[in-house]
Amino acid sequence: MLNQYETVFILNPVLSEDQIKEAVDKYRNLLTEKGAEIVFENSWGMKKFSYPIKKKNSGYYYLIEFKAEGTVIADLELAYKRDEEVLRFLSFRLDKYAIAYNEKKRAPKTEQKVMEPQA
Amino acid sequence: MAQQNEIRYLAPPTVEVKKKKYCRFKKSGIKYIDYKDADFLKKFVNEQGKILPRRLTGTSSKYQKKVAQAVKRARHLALLPYVCDLLK
Repeated sequence: MLNQYETVFILNPVLSEDQIKEAVDKYRNLLTEKGAEIVFENSWGMKKFSYPIKKKNSGYYYLIEFKAEGTVIADLELAYKRDEEVLRFLSFRLDKYAIAYNEKKRAPKTEQKVMEPQA
Repeated sequence: MAQQNEIRYLAPPTVEVKKKKYCRFKKSGIKYIDYKDADFLKKFVNEQGKILPRRLTGTSSKYQKKVAQAVKRARHLALLPYVCDLLK
């Protein structure tokens, strides 16, 4: 049964632009390979942490919202754990209220398809 | 200070009437509390970054659990601090 998930991960701030893009593509391809359908992507860019993580005070946040089988999450999180560029990640299953909330939040903006991450 | 005691009140000072607390989520019909927007969650966290108890905010138990869960997720992503002083 396809659930809708939302995953946020934080990349090491010292990465260069294309390294960041490459890491993001890696996870996006990993998801699409596993048969996930990406609903929405959003990059929050460089944000300051409210407490230092791994001795770093800021990081590059990236959010991916997708529909997938339950088993995909285990592989996704395994990949996160292996990659030492990812400082922290959080994946979260959206219930119907959360899905409605995200739809509503995106609705006023022009109905663009998957937003390309700002490279 | 002595002058203070001599003031005799015409009417006894009314004690602050207890405002009927209500659950803001039920009233405004919010169904989902997003863990990503930190400034909305800041309303439910005190200066030290601790979650405000229900007796102060008056939220119902169902939504207090959602708020607590969202705040903990925001803390995990470093959007909210675990402890701090003068958060606001």
